[in-house]
Amino acid sequence: MYTHIMTPVDLAHVGTLGSALDLTADLARHFGARVTFVGVTGVQPSAIAPSPEAYADKLRAFAAAQAAAGGYDASAHPITAHDPAIEIDRDLVAAAEEIGADLIVAATHVPSIFGGASHGGAVATQSRASVLLVRN
Amino acid sequence: MSDTTPDTGIPDPEGHSHLIETDYEIGQDNIETRLGPFGLDIHNPVFLISGASIVIFVIYALLAPGQAESFFGWLRPALTSTFDWVFLWSANIFVIFCLALIVLPVGNVRLGGSDATPDYSYAGWFAMLFAAGMGIGLMFFGVLEPVYYFGTPWGDEPLGVVRPFTEDGALIEENVAEARRMALAATSYHWALHPWAIYAVVALALALFSYNKGLPLSIRSAFYPILGERVWGWWGHVIDTLAVFATLFGLATSLGIGAQQANAGLEYIYGVPNTITVQVILIIGITAVALISVLRGLDGGVKVLSEINMVIALLLLLFVLFAAGAGRILAEFVAGLGAYAREIVPLSNPHGREDTGYLQGWTAFYWAWWISWSPFVGMFIARVSRGRTVREFLTCVLIIPSLVCVLWMATFGGAAINDVIANPDASAVKANVIDAYKPELSLFAMLDGLPLAALTSTIGIILVIVFFVTSSDSGSLVIDTITAGGKVDAPVPQRVFWCTFEGLVAIALLIGGGLGSLQAMVISTGLPFALILLAICVCIWLGLKTERDAVRQSGAGPAE
Repeated sequence: MYTHIMTPVDLAHVGTLGSALDLTADLARHFGARVTFVGVTGVQPSAIAPSPEAYADKLRAFAAAQAAAGGYDASAHPITAHDPAIEIDRDLVAAAEEIGADLIVAATHVPSIFGGASHGGAVATQSRASVLLVRN
Repeated sequence: MSDTTPDTGIPDPEGHSHLIETDYEIGQDNIETRLGPFGLDIHNPVFLISGASIVIFVIYALLAPGQAESFFGWLRPALTSTFDWVFLWSANIFVIFCLALIVLPVGNVRLGGSDATPDYSYAGWFAMLFAAGMGIGLMFFGVLEPVYYFGTPWGDEPLGVVRPFTEDGALIEENVAEARRMALAATSYHWALHPWAIYAVVALALALFSYNKGLPLSIRSAFYPILGERVWGWWGHVIDTLAVFATLFGLATSLGIGAQQANAGLEYIYGVPNTITVQVILIIGITAVALISVLRGLDGGVKVLSEINMVIALLLLLFVLFAAGAGRILAEFVAGLGAYAREIVPLSNPHGREDTGYLQGWTAFYWAWWISWSPFVGMFIARVSRGRTVREFLTCVLIIPSLVCVLWMATFGGAAINDVIANPDASAVKANVIDAYKPELSLFAMLDGLPLAALTSTIGIILVIVFFVTSSDSGSLVIDTITAGGKVDAPVPQRVFWCTFEGLVAIALLIGGGLGSLQAMVISTGLPFALILLAICVCIWLGLKTERDAVRQSGAGPAE
């Protein structure tokens, strides 16, 4: 039913992703779908990496580790934003279009913008793909 | 930072660069929590200390306005008079340092690593440079300063240049040309190389230590070569808190004073009453637009507004240029450049001068002011300058804005001086700048003498307001990044908080009094910051050298 799952990840909060990652793995195996892990970063150094390229490498390593552990095909799609806190929703929607994902599996976690409008919620209202929001 | 080969296991910034190895992890001192529906990610203790001390100072200014006014009203001129030579020499050193970096081989170093590409096009980049750092000043001083130096009879004439008016206000024809030449040179001196060098030093340090060295985008990072790991402790907290303090009060007092000026302009043109109520409404309006801009982010907010403002400012410049006679004004621009080149050395020399009114009252004041704003403007410039080489960065932050500022001053100042000498008795410019000192009306008085005054004055007011919006917006971004320990992806409500807080502080000070005294306090921070900036120059040099060595050892050759 689904062939390409996109899972946005925040490498700074991997601990809060748990159930979304498990679900991604289950669904990928069930549908035989491939997975793309998407991460948004700024050009400034962060706790994850000193540069966007280093961030991209970390995201690729993360994707490879998930794929190996879960037994499915996965790749990484790093996005560099000028102002990640603001641009993340739009960037995620655009990324789903770009890679042709038909299902987005997203954890809803802190930090979010306002009570009712998490990043996952914003993506769900804008994206053409199906969106599965996973509470943690 | 002893290791010069990039083998840290962490991949480099694009291409070759020299990362500083530190155990400090960005955000390690942060508190991540939720406050009602809002997520928070703030640096402990910088956020709390700077927030609390700002509240305490506002309360102090409100409860003891007389004391605050007399103390800071004394402190600021005392500092700029006593230490005028410190300010002048520091600024001279910054200019020489920046010019040297342009021509030296280290100018090849690219911010963000040898293969980095620029984040912004030239147009968007320039627009943001002006909008954050200077736009508002160009609107306010473009007419005021040249005319004031040209015509003041009170002893503030730069380098003791001849006066074009007799005591009873009659024009002395033979003195006009020389007074005019010096007025443009003296104004250009305050708006060209020196202020931009001050901004450039801070911006370059932050960009270098963040993009090439991997340290968080915060003022403290620039001190790593001197302070080492101590920058993550109290030393760093003090530096960052001071920067937040200077930025927020600088913005809030400018916002309050700017609202008074905009109100004066509205009264002059439309007869809108000049009251505190109108000014509070203006502040609320500006803050509201800034909030929308904040919520639209860097690209959708500040950048768009900056570009719009740039286009409007350019149109206004072209209008004044042609309305006042393009040929004459362009000749004025060339003459202004020549005068600037000729007078820059005597104007930058603080010793043995007799024109203390100009030297201390204007130059030292300006230098203190630019320096106290430099953490804010420098950090914003750094944020948008990744991917440029040091040479390109300094040329674009130093030389080109300087040329634009000289052109601006030659156009607005030249048109205004023309107005004054054409008919001194009827000149609105002379009435509002020289006969009575009403600086907020100077621009509108000049536009009054040209065609379509109602339209151009309205455009002028809109420009002033939008420049305030972009300053408020970019300032909120900067304060939020510093108080989030260098994180640029902290939750958006924090920016909303700082932007609103700034508006509230401005309103409180406007109603309760104390705008002037707190602005004097901010400018007083220029003195310690001047010394800090000198130390930063040393840090930049050390940082650039290791960076160049890293590129050389990699065998990649100079990164052009």
